[in-house]
Amino acid sequence: MSEKEYRTAISARGGLLAVNQTPGVAFGDRVMIRDHRDRCRNGQVIRSSRSEVLIQVFEGTDDLDLETTWVRFMDEPLEISLSPQLLGRVFNGIGEPKDDRPPIVSSTRRNVNGSAINPSARTYPREFIQTGISTIDGLNALVRGQKLPVFSGSGLPHNRLVAQVVRQARLMDEEGGFLIVFAAMGVSYADARFFEEDFTSSGVLGNVVMYVNLADDPPVERLALPRVALTAAEYLAFDLDYHVLVVMTDITNYAEALREVSTAKGDVPSRKGYPGYLYSDLAEIYERSGRIRDRHGSITLMPVVTMPSDDITHPIPDLTGYITEGQIVLSRELDNQGIYPPVSVLPSLSRLMKDGIGKDDTREDHPRVASQLYALYARAQEIRNLASIIGAEELSETDRRYLAFADAFDGRFVRQGEDEDRSIVETLNLAWELLSMFPGDTLSRVSETDLAKYRYNDKR
Amino acid sequence: MSVQSRQGIIQEINGPIVTLSFPGARMGEQVKIGERALVGEVIALQGEEAVVQAYESTEGLRPGEQAVGLDRPLSVELGPGLLGGIFDGIQRPLKKMFLKAGDHIPRGLVLPALDRELSWHFVPDPELTIETNLSVGMPLGTVQETETIEHRILVAPDRAGQLLELAPEGDYQLEQPIGRVRTPDGRIRKLRLYHHWPVRTPRPFRRRDHGVAPLITGQRILDTFFPLLKGSKGAVPGPFGAGKTMLQQQIARWSNADIVIYVGCGERGNELVDVLERFPKLEDPYTGRHLMERTLLVANTSNMPVVAREASIYVGLTLAEYYRDQGYDVLMLADSTSRWAEALREVSGRLGQMPVEEGYPAYLASRLAAVYERAGRVETVGCGKGSVTLVGAVSPPGGDFSEPVTAHTKEIIQTFWALSKELADAGHYPAVDWVGSFSEHVHVAAGWWHREVDTGWERKRESALALLSRDAELSRIVNLVGPEALSSAQRWELESAALIKEGVLQQSALDPVDNFASPEKQFLLLNIMLTIYQKGAELIETGVPVQELMKLPLLTRARRAKQSYSSQQTDKLREMLDGFIQEFEQVRLEYTRFEETTR
Repeated sequence: MSEKEYRTAISARGGLLAVNQTPGVAFGDRVMIRDHRDRCRNGQVIRSSRSEVLIQVFEGTDDLDLETTWVRFMDEPLEISLSPQLLGRVFNGIGEPKDDRPPIVSSTRRNVNGSAINPSARTYPREFIQTGISTIDGLNALVRGQKLPVFSGSGLPHNRLVAQVVRQARLMDEEGGFLIVFAAMGVSYADARFFEEDFTSSGVLGNVVMYVNLADDPPVERLALPRVALTAAEYLAFDLDYHVLVVMTDITNYAEALREVSTAKGDVPSRKGYPGYLYSDLAEIYERSGRIRDRHGSITLMPVVTMPSDDITHPIPDLTGYITEGQIVLSRELDNQGIYPPVSVLPSLSRLMKDGIGKDDTREDHPRVASQLYALYARAQEIRNLASIIGAEELSETDRRYLAFADAFDGRFVRQGEDEDRSIVETLNLAWELLSMFPGDTLSRVSETDLAKYRYNDKR
Repeated sequence: MSVQSRQGIIQEINGPIVTLSFPGARMGEQVKIGERALVGEVIALQGEEAVVQAYESTEGLRPGEQAVGLDRPLSVELGPGLLGGIFDGIQRPLKKMFLKAGDHIPRGLVLPALDRELSWHFVPDPELTIETNLSVGMPLGTVQETETIEHRILVAPDRAGQLLELAPEGDYQLEQPIGRVRTPDGRIRKLRLYHHWPVRTPRPFRRRDHGVAPLITGQRILDTFFPLLKGSKGAVPGPFGAGKTMLQQQIARWSNADIVIYVGCGERGNELVDVLERFPKLEDPYTGRHLMERTLLVANTSNMPVVAREASIYVGLTLAEYYRDQGYDVLMLADSTSRWAEALREVSGRLGQMPVEEGYPAYLASRLAAVYERAGRVETVGCGKGSVTLVGAVSPPGGDFSEPVTAHTKEIIQTFWALSKELADAGHYPAVDWVGSFSEHVHVAAGWWHREVDTGWERKRESALALLSRDAELSRIVNLVGPEALSSAQRWELESAALIKEGVLQQSALDPVDNFASPEKQFLLLNIMLTIYQKGAELIETGVPVQELMKLPLLTRARRAKQSYSSQQTDKLREMLDGFIQEFEQVRLEYTRFEETTR
């Protein structure tokens, strides 16, 4: 560590501090900044030349002046200490305790940026996770090591849904549940509090590591937070062999912080002012989830993305969708009808579902039942649209059956209680109750055997 | 051989862009940067300064550290042992890196792409004699690379000249000489089983040739409706969730190319793992061997350094051209060219270049065109005809096809398979939208189909497309006023279009019978649906109510035909067609009898 402090700041703006007459400082290194009242801040070098460095200051540049700011280059990358003591603790975006308890002391220190997993080292995620939520388990199943975001809108109950997943998620073939790494970026105090209380009341708090940056905390810190949280998750999963579920809320706040800093830096903007590297930056975060060959643990990632103005083509959900393995989309329309969880199944998708369900994983009819429900509901939506134009009375009997099905689907399959933990068998049986509203020969996506075995009217 | 190593000093680090003070650096030259010896490439020169893009994360680099110029551009190793492998964006062997360095990709690690330990059984070309004048790309002999692929050893770029000696048949390692040559400058140089080639330089060929045969993918919407010729270029644009990756994997699996090169450029790690785990277990539909034996992966996933992503496309193309030059039909899939373009944008942004559309640099269109132009069918230097077919996936932001990458790509390619989110949401897969897609090669493909399958192909294809376009018009009416407003004939058209959509266009990648359809099966299915349409329309004209026709059980059988009979059971499909014609005849007879008795 260098003892020398530099008092040569030349500019401060938007969370960035430039300092000149510096020695050769390594790109990405950690920096300590002491202000005129002797308070310390943390920073990181984001551009370095022979005589000048640019530093992003995690605590922000408010109240800094150029004359009485001392900068010390720590000669080490941004690292955090890791130990099993992480569990049950609350930290800020750069891994400092936020719960009035001492910092983690350990000889295991890791660079928060991690490094890319070799694709040859990965194994394909295929172990089903039961969340107890029918729209997820039945139609958009989550598997261990998947990254599956929740696309939501402001005011929709994404937090309640994610909290329910956290409470209920379990593996089919193993005792013990998940460890939770909770990463909150720019969330309101009320939201953070909601999660904390939920973790406490469900008794999982001892299995949770929380990284919290509130809405009034400095935005620059949000850039480090998901990386810090994932470094902890990697340690728990791949060093200590746990299955880790990482919940991140809210990626939109993260991307906005990124835009803020990139604009201050003078980067060329692309869509809606976000930097051209937003995709790569998000990928660096999302791609840290997964399964690794010969490692027992796994990282399953569930980020929340609130879509600005409910627009799924907005750069943040759009780029997220290109990186993640599907998405769970919440619908304002269902929410307005008082249906919880308001999961809109048609735009939702789990790309890894096909390998995690079926005979050896859930039940042999699962893939076909999902496909059939999906097809019927898609058709029912068309008929709903038609009915809204020409009136339900004008519809044929078959079409009215579709309408009845769609209502039953929304009311019974989608809707469920916040404490209702449906097993996958319960979900599939419920699906068959709904499918049995149709004559057997119209159910072309399920097999004859399925019909004989599971269809209500056909069962003896 | 002593190469004067030339050195520079790091002046500035800005993300993946490193500025060196380095008089005498060359554009495109490879550089080792800093104490960690990170790999990079010179992309701009300004006075004594060289701007370098680094293929690896620059974290921890420090101004004042040294950099060494390697005096050669980014090159790949070409030789036996490539097939079945997985390489990163600068051709480092990922499997070997995993064994050597563990789960994560380390920095500054250099491993040769080809295994130096392996021995290959070399059979010299019997045509070659001492004194033969060798030119670049001529075959020296062969090595059996996999069960089905005979690897032709080609003359390296700096090894043209007079052949002095060629090794007899036998087993050789890559570094063992297999001959000597006197180059035009009088030097005597050794020949080996492998050589290097700079990735940004297209490999030479005798002359370009035009495409003559379609690439058969076994996917009906592609082969029958929007054919792609071997040696031409296509694009698959689509928003996320429209099934781009699934379609590309289907093409990689089923197409009748000799070699498939799959470049995962800025995409998901798990997708490559899926291919890596699945393909070795699958059978090559044309040779019965493992599919992986004809497949090669270049992987630069989205979280790997962005500059290597830009390079990965060129690495893939050079590998593709190398097999083309051995006389093979090569298919290269680039997933996704949008991520490649974004890598260009990121670098140009860091260099402070003036952005034009959506932040992309002004040279986006010309770079894209130059990449696609490396596809083609050619007369090779010494191995007959070979081709590179290039299919690029495009990921338009928000599914908007007017964005720069999609728009520029559309101007260059000849076959456009547009994926639609609406179709995907309705469960219609592959979600190739027949309105937005096109192929400029229907006529050439028709020649092949007429010769190999049926002379009615082009006509049937057109009737089907016409029916689908009437369906679109009629559906708009139905959505406004309901189906009752249509005439019987129009309702039959709707029903027939639905038959074509479900019975021909939709194809399940997961169904073991349906996931591949031979050209003959494709034609028969189309013929069945169109015959039903035509026979039904005739009956409606004679007064048979459309409701009677809709009740015919043959409609369900026709819809299921694709899953009921495999490509080997085309005789069953023919029987089915004949049976349907008879059933319609039956309906006609019954109806006329009924008319007569009621009259």
